[in-house]
Formats: sequence, structure tokens, C-alpha cells
Amino acid sequence: MEERVTNVLLSGVGGQGTILASDILCTVFHEMGYDVKKSEVHGMAQRGGDVTTHFRFGKKVYSPLIKYGEVDYLVSMELLEGLRYINWLKKEGKVLLNLQEIFPPAVNLGKMKYPEDIVGQFKKFFNGRVYTVQGLDLAMECGDPRAANIVILGAFSTFFHFSEEVWERNLLSHLPPKIHDLNLKAFRAGRKALG
Amino acid sequence: MEKILQGNYAIARGAWEAGVKVACAYPGTPSSEILSALAQEYKEDVLTEWSPNEKVALEVAIGASFAGARAMASMKHVGLNVASDPFMTVSYTGVKGGLVIIVADDPSSHSSQNEQDSRHWARFGKVPMLEPCDSQECKEFTKMAFELSEQFDTPVLVRTETRVAHSFSPVKLEERKESSIPLGLDKKDAPKYTMVPIYVRIRRKWVEERMKKLEEFANEFKYNTIEMNDPKIGVITSGVCYNYTKEVFPEYSYLKLGMVWPLPQKIISEFSRKVKKIIIVEELDPFLETEIRAMGIRIFHGKDVIPNHYELSPEIIERALKGKKYRPPKVRVPTEELPQRPPNLCSGCSHRALFYAIKKLGLFTFGDIGCYTLATAPPLNAIHSTICMGAGVGGAFGAMKALGKEGLGKCCAVIGDSTFLHAGITPLMDVVYNKGNSTTIILDNRTTGMTGLQEHPGTGYTVTGEPTHRIDFEELARALGVKHIRKVDPYNLKETMEMIKEEVERDEPSVIITVNSPCMLHRREKRKFEHPFYRVLTEKCRGCGLCLEAGCPAISWRGVSEEEALTQDGHKRKGVVQINRLQCPGCGLCSQICKFEAIVPGEA
Repeated sequence: MEERVTNVLLSGVGGQGTILASDILCTVFHEMGYDVKKSEVHGMAQRGGDVTTHFRFGKKVYSPLIKYGEVDYLVSMELLEGLRYINWLKKEGKVLLNLQEIFPPAVNLGKMKYPEDIVGQFKKFFNGRVYTVQGLDLAMECGDPRAANIVILGAFSTFFHFSEEVWERNLLSHLPPKIHDLNLKAFRAGRKALG
Repeated sequence: MEKILQGNYAIARGAWEAGVKVACAYPGTPSSEILSALAQEYKEDVLTEWSPNEKVALEVAIGASFAGARAMASMKHVGLNVASDPFMTVSYTGVKGGLVIIVADDPSSHSSQNEQDSRHWARFGKVPMLEPCDSQECKEFTKMAFELSEQFDTPVLVRTETRVAHSFSPVKLEERKESSIPLGLDKKDAPKYTMVPIYVRIRRKWVEERMKKLEEFANEFKYNTIEMNDPKIGVITSGVCYNYTKEVFPEYSYLKLGMVWPLPQKIISEFSRKVKKIIIVEELDPFLETEIRAMGIRIFHGKDVIPNHYELSPEIIERALKGKKYRPPKVRVPTEELPQRPPNLCSGCSHRALFYAIKKLGLFTFGDIGCYTLATAPPLNAIHSTICMGAGVGGAFGAMKALGKEGLGKCCAVIGDSTFLHAGITPLMDVVYNKGNSTTIILDNRTTGMTGLQEHPGTGYTVTGEPTHRIDFEELARALGVKHIRKVDPYNLKETMEMIKEEVERDEPSVIITVNSPCMLHRREKRKFEHPFYRVLTEKCRGCGLCLEAGCPAISWRGVSEEEALTQDGHKRKGVVQINRLQCPGCGLCSQICKFEAIVPGEA
């Protein structure tokens, strides 16, 4: 195993399931023999505010927080919440964006504009390393818009060479049986979208 | 076996492995999961309770300890302020069964009314404090805390903060081992347990002796460790700051303190002789720095470069210690100019309806601690003071006292159900007893919302989900002597406004209790709205923006083009509102606000 620690920043809006997705990442990478650390903020952040999770894996991980400018993978469940962390990425970093827009209060009130062409802004700096998925649409096709986070997780899983079995077993271990089928479908849809 | 655990779950696991018998808490970010974990996963072995507040939680834990059980109380930093009264004295009595107090700090105030450094409590209360840096240490230190408690006859504090409590990392699991101390109240030892002046004076001296022994022990403590690398720079640190600094400067030498009070003076001196320059990295106050300076040790860097406020991070530490040599990463987009996304009341939340009514009445609102504090944000701007749990009730009374009859109709107190039971009853008693005339509105959402839906004495269920007596707010207010108690459905805007207006103008104490207003995230208590969602009749919407003042996340504004610049009945407009069907639960507040009947129920 290489010494280097890999940094994944997940971002989204409270209620989108960013934290669940990062829980699953944690157990998958731990099972594959890595030291892992993950940090998030609970409390007020759950109420429609922005949510970020720092997930790190490697031979030995000290800090639970990623150092600013050192993100290897930025995974965002929402476009604006992705753009908010563009400066956190390393020069050679990769970006995975769910093409969903959720308007923040200032935009809802008509006081500010939702930023334009977010994907284009990413491409300017990370051309060839920007991946996009219609997470919400795919989740709705699977039967529930709430599974968009798992679609994105499925898409993200294609960045690593672990077997599908490891991912799916860990995914299901975090969920109650009655939503297993839905989430397996969502995960596979995400994998297919980038596969 | 190794498992990924959150810091709080690891504390619960450590307590369980240590044979804890009684665990009490009042929820508070970032500490809440400790008790939830014990109640969910270890309820066969551990008696758990959500206490009405932290003072009660600690008192119950103290009683259990006196009866020989290992006991634990967990709370957030401001919770220990509430529990400080028993805390300061249980230091004198000591314990029988191990007694551990977990206190979780919230640097940067992610979800708190202030920022406190709880290490001061250890020095102030003269008790030892351990500080873990990750989940494995959370487990080990909690176990160790129970042992130290019994060994030195003292309560032991374990301090975490957000990035330890809410971080996940692997933990090695072990089996539970019950304490060897027998349960029972057989030995009546009043001089030890009864703090009246004559015994206090004896125990006061004894506490100093205990602290001396603990300091000697600290020098041998296996979790105070020296890591020698480059001897040019030695960092003295503890907790998560060790992880941050180690990340950025792996080449430095380290003294990592697992026990932050009392300090191991011998080890600190030894370390300072081994390295050329000492740097102290600690979050919040210069706690270690002040003590180490007082030992006469020269410090190269400490709070002269490291901020004494907000949480630290690898980047902040790197920037501080590299000074001019620090090169910040390139800024690609000026992200501070992007629209912010502050937390908001959920769509359909009963608080939104109530605060919209208060906003329209133009009252000064003495707020309290809970989700409803979010009503202070624009566009509602409907909470005008927040201090601490329960302070709204006393605050409104105080203002009315100062203003006399002039204050009638101008202010009110709002307080949530859980917060009212925590600290709102005594100030309401004061309103009646001292002939006040303030109005207290109890926002009863049937749960402790902000911290993640915990039970409390007003929900009718215990932490393990067992049905229990449910406190009736009306009966309670009546018993305190309040004569005017009314109930309101906050989703009925007109009735709510009229009722609040009448009560705040009344020259007598009054209480308004919201009914049928459960938290939107609450599965058990879910309110059924009449319609599945609401929609905008775009042809009628004049774009006046009145509905937007409620700040509902489901409603948004869009500008219109020339073709749409007129309503159906010929009124000019610049834009229209739209409702996101996926986000709208159908509470109907917006349709009551709209003056042009442009918002109507949708069909499923």
C-alpha cells in the first residue's frame, strides 16, 4: 500500500444523504485494508444548510480534516455545493457532480442568482477530470428521488478497483432490508452512468 | 475485532466495556449520540435515561455511583454550566462506583450559543481530565476514566470536541468487564458524602492531597507520551490538535498529553530539555500554555500565532507556524461571493407558521435554544434574543418588569417543549409568583428537534422507547398558577395571530401551547395535512413576494419575460413565485399569506 493519504470531500445540502454515502465509503475502504477517518458536522447543518464530509484513507491517517487545497476527489450531491469547494481541490484532482440544483434562500428570495454553468467552471480548471451524473433523474427512475445519494455513490465507486460485491454488501449493511432493492438499483444505475 | 465507530459511539462502547451500569444525559451537539448508542446497543446491561437537564443527569449519576455502580453523565460544553453545581461539590465527596463526566466542546459554535474551553472546569473543579484524539482513544480513555475514578476517589472528566465526537475511525472492540465494587448503600459515611461546613473543610484539604497524588500519577500515565523525532522543535499538544499538527509537521517531536489536568510537570520538563524550541498547539484558550509558562519554561510559539478562537485545522496550524513561508493554494473561484446556504427551518415546520404570525404582530421575541432559533434569520427575523436554555421566559418577564404597562402587547417569550422542561418551569413560576404579565409560548413539536429527535418527559416515551407518563403542559402551567392557558394550531395563521395578540396585551401571566404541531422529521407523531402539496396559479400570481417572507425552502422566485408581464386580470408584475412539489408537504401557510388567492391546493 502506498504511504500517501487520499482525500475525498463530499458536499451537499442537508437531507440529501451525504453522510450516509460517506458512512458506506468508510466501511468499504476499511474492509479493503486501509486506515480511514471521516469527519462531519451534525446539529444545525441538518436543516437544509450545506453539509460536508471529509473522508480520508491511506496507510495511516492522522487528521480527520483534509487540508485546504489537498482534495483528491470532490463529490458533490448538488452543483452549487460543489462549486463552493472548487478551491479545495488539488491541481490534479477529480470532480464528480450530481447535476441537481437546490436553490439557497437568497436565490429563492430573488436577491441573488444561482451561479451559471457550474460544470463549465470546473472544466476550465479540471478538463477531462469532471464527471457528471443525473443523480435525481436516475433515482426517480429507480423509484425514489431520495436514492440520488446512492446513485452518486455508485458512480463514485467506478473510480476504484474494488469488486462490486464489496460495495454492494457494505451498502446493504447500512440500510434496512425493505429498501435494499431500491438502493441496489440506484447504486447500479450510478455505476452504469459512469461505467 | 475492529469496527469503524464515531467518537461518541466509541465512548459508549468504552463505558459499556468498563461495566457502566447507569448512564444519563440531556441531548446536546456534539454529545447526543453517546446516550443514544448506549440505549440502542447496550440496553441489556446499562440503565439509560434522557434526563430533563444536565444537572439532573449528573445528580442521578452521582447517586448511582454512591450506590456502588459505575455511572456516567454526558453533555455538551454549555450542559456542564448547568451541571456545574453538583459537579463542583462531587469533587469533594468523591465516588464509590466510578463516575465519569463526558463534556463535548463545540469550537466554532457549529450548533451552540457560545464557544467554551471546558478544560477550565478540570482546574476549577479540581478533577482530572482526559482528552482523546480519535475514536480508539475515545474508547480507551473512557474505560481508563472509570478506573482512575475508583483509584483516586474522584469524578473524572473526559473532554471531546466536534472533530473527535463526530469523526469516525477504526476501534478495537473488547468484552465487557463488570466492576468489582459491590452494589449497596450499606456503609453510611456522612463525613465523606454530606457536604456541610464541618465536613467540607476536611474534604477541601483532602481534595488538594488527591490532586497531588494525581499529578504524580500523571507523570507515569501511559497516555502522556513523548515521540522523539527532530529535536529542534518539540510540540506539546493534546486531542485532535495532535492529529492536525502531526499531519502537517510529521518531522517534529511531540509530547502528546492524554491527561490535560493535572499536568505531568516532570514529563513536560523532561521534554523541554530534550528539544530546542517548544511550540504549544491547543484549540481555544491558552490553557496548557499558561500552565507551562508558569513552570518557567520558555515557549517559542503558542497563542502568539495560533488563534484562540474557532476550531483549528491542519491548514490553520500550517499557516500559523510557517508564517511568511506559508503559500496558500490557488484561488480558482472567489467562493465567498457565492450564495450562502445557512440552515433553515424545514418546509412545513410548525415553527415557521408561528414565527410568521409573531413577525406580522411586530413583537420583540425572547427566544430560547432549539430549532426555532433559526427564526432569527432573514426573511423571518422573528427572534430577537437568545441566551441559554430557559432564558427566554425569564427575559420576557424582566423586560415587562422594566417597561411596566408600556410593555403590554410588545413582547413574548418562545420556548420549545424540551427546553421548557429543561429550564423553563422555574422562570415561569417566577412570572406568576412575582405578579408578572408576560406571555410564554410553548412550541410543542413532541420531541427534542435540533439534536436529532430525542425523547423527553413531555413525549410519553423513554430513551429506549418504553411508554411512560407524559407531562401535560397545560396542567403543569396551571399548577404553577397561570390562569390564562390557551392552545393553538399554529398552522391556522389568523387564529394564531389573534390569540397571541390578545395574550400579549393581557395584564396577567399567560401561556400559549401549540398543538398538533409535531416536528416534520418525526415519524411517530407525523401530522397529516389536508392536501398533499400546494401550487401556484401562475396566471394569478402578482409576484408581490409576500409569501417569500415566510422563508419556506419550497417557494422560490423567478423573473418573468415580456409575455408573462401581466397577470390574468391585467396587473403588471416583474416575476412570479413557484413551489417545488418535491419539497412541499402541504402545510398551507403560504396560501393563507397570499392576498390574491394565487396559491391553491394541489391534487395527488
